[in-house]
Amino acid sequence: MLNFLGSFAGPVAQGIIWGIMAIGVYITFRILDVADLTVDGSMATGGVTLVVLVTGGMHVALALLIAFLVGCAAGLVTGVFHTKFGIPAILAGILTQLILYSVNLRITTQRSNVPLSVDKYHILISLRNLTNAIIVSAIFAAVIIAVMYWFFGTELGHSLRATGCNQNMARANGINTDNNKIIGLVISNGLVALSGALLAQYQGFADINMGRGAIVIGLAAVIIGEVLLGKVFKNFALKLLAAVIGGIIYYIVISLVLKAGLNANDLKMFSALVVAVFLGIPYWQRKLAEKRSAKEDKANA
Amino acid sequence: MLKVNNIYKTFNKGTVNEKKALNGVSLELNEGDFVTIIGGNGAGKSTLLNSICGVFTVDRGTVVIDGVDVTKLPEHKRAKYLGRVFQDPMMGTAADMWIEENMSLAFRRGKPRGLKWAITNKERAAYREMLSHLGLGLEDRLSSKVGLLSGGQRQALTLLMAVMQKPKLLLLDEHTAALDPKTAETVLTLSDKFIKDEGLTAMMITHNMNDAIAHGNKLIMMHEGRIIYSAEGQEKKSLTVDDLLKKFADISGNALANDRMLLSN
Repeated sequence: MLNFLGSFAGPVAQGIIWGIMAIGVYITFRILDVADLTVDGSMATGGVTLVVLVTGGMHVALALLIAFLVGCAAGLVTGVFHTKFGIPAILAGILTQLILYSVNLRITTQRSNVPLSVDKYHILISLRNLTNAIIVSAIFAAVIIAVMYWFFGTELGHSLRATGCNQNMARANGINTDNNKIIGLVISNGLVALSGALLAQYQGFADINMGRGAIVIGLAAVIIGEVLLGKVFKNFALKLLAAVIGGIIYYIVISLVLKAGLNANDLKMFSALVVAVFLGIPYWQRKLAEKRSAKEDKANA
Repeated sequence: MLKVNNIYKTFNKGTVNEKKALNGVSLELNEGDFVTIIGGNGAGKSTLLNSICGVFTVDRGTVVIDGVDVTKLPEHKRAKYLGRVFQDPMMGTAADMWIEENMSLAFRRGKPRGLKWAITNKERAAYREMLSHLGLGLEDRLSSKVGLLSGGQRQALTLLMAVMQKPKLLLLDEHTAALDPKTAETVLTLSDKFIKDEGLTAMMITHNMNDAIAHGNKLIMMHEGRIIYSAEGQEKKSLTVDDLLKKFADISGNALANDRMLLSN
């Protein structure tokens, strides 16, 4: 039994790290109502930035901060593309993602993979010590949730929520919706890069492709969290926690299907289909409800 | 309070869909004026209001609010001066946010938004008090999502939000058109009350000619992007719907053939 539970420690640690990424996705997808594809790039940017800095001799805490800020800069670029160039948000994100591919290779000096040995450098987490990895990443997640809870309770945070909810209303109440979208994208991508920086430490390397499909995993975590806990978790902090829990469940499920014999190369297809189905569920429910009420009307007529 | 000086606006210029929405509109309102605006579909009524709000910039002419030339200001900067209620009850509030959150957003209209807590307990008490004056029982539902309210409740809340930070100008764009007659009456009465109590300067678009005559101290009629008739004071008070229909036919050469306007009388 203990062995069985122990086999989930890896997925749990990974799930929490990706859960931090999912908080970033939650901010754009749920609060700003924007599907931001920058994250596929900024996840890797966070990872390679941290590895290059730490292997260059920088303290890991400072390297994490810089990885966060570089992610923020990526969000800024997408935000400017979207609001000042008038490019649709999805396309703006794709453009930045492509830019980041080149930028990430610059950061790694054209290497596609940069190693970070836990034996040689002082880093915070590693898959060699899963208990520690779970505790440290859980602390990160808790602090981030607390800060986000505070931020979205402030005047500025409220104005961001209004921007995502109803732009007409926001502008009529004097809110600069363009600036708010930029702020949201900056924070979101900062968190995503921070998650990438943690993931690089955990797995002991950063890879140019480590963010490929990140948006799908982030969305999966958000949606799984909502489907399973949306009814009970009403408070904003709990909603963010649900995204993290969604990330954990996602990785536990993935580890199970891999054990059951799914080809690892089919994993991305599997994830994308899961997300498609879960995004479809509310739509189908609505359709079904419409059909039902139409039938009732007919019966009453 | 408001000086609209010879403004022009053409949409889709140079295409087959070109539409001259405003064709040299000038209008001056003094403090405390309440003007009602009537006209057929596509007459330019909403375009006039939207050009005052800065939803788009005008092609020519200027808009001056309380001595400030706002012609080039973006929408969110003009919001400082303006309270707005839209035709669509969904448009004026944030559905996913609570009543008190919506009010706190409106309370900070025209003020910088920083990292202070968004709602203080003192504010909350003030909101409850304001809501109680609406007489809709919303004062006990501060933490209800606005999306759960009826159209009439949302419109009354939007109205309250538009005036809680006293605007230089209150703009009502057919704000009762989407409501059932009884609710429309309630919202209209509330509008009148706010305008009178706060001494607001206001503009109200309506398709109901009786309402246009009964409310406010000025009336303007628009057609094809121009103001074709205006009345104030005693002249406005003595107007009848038949007068308006006849005036419209005389000036425009058409009957004011808008089913909605005729049916509503």
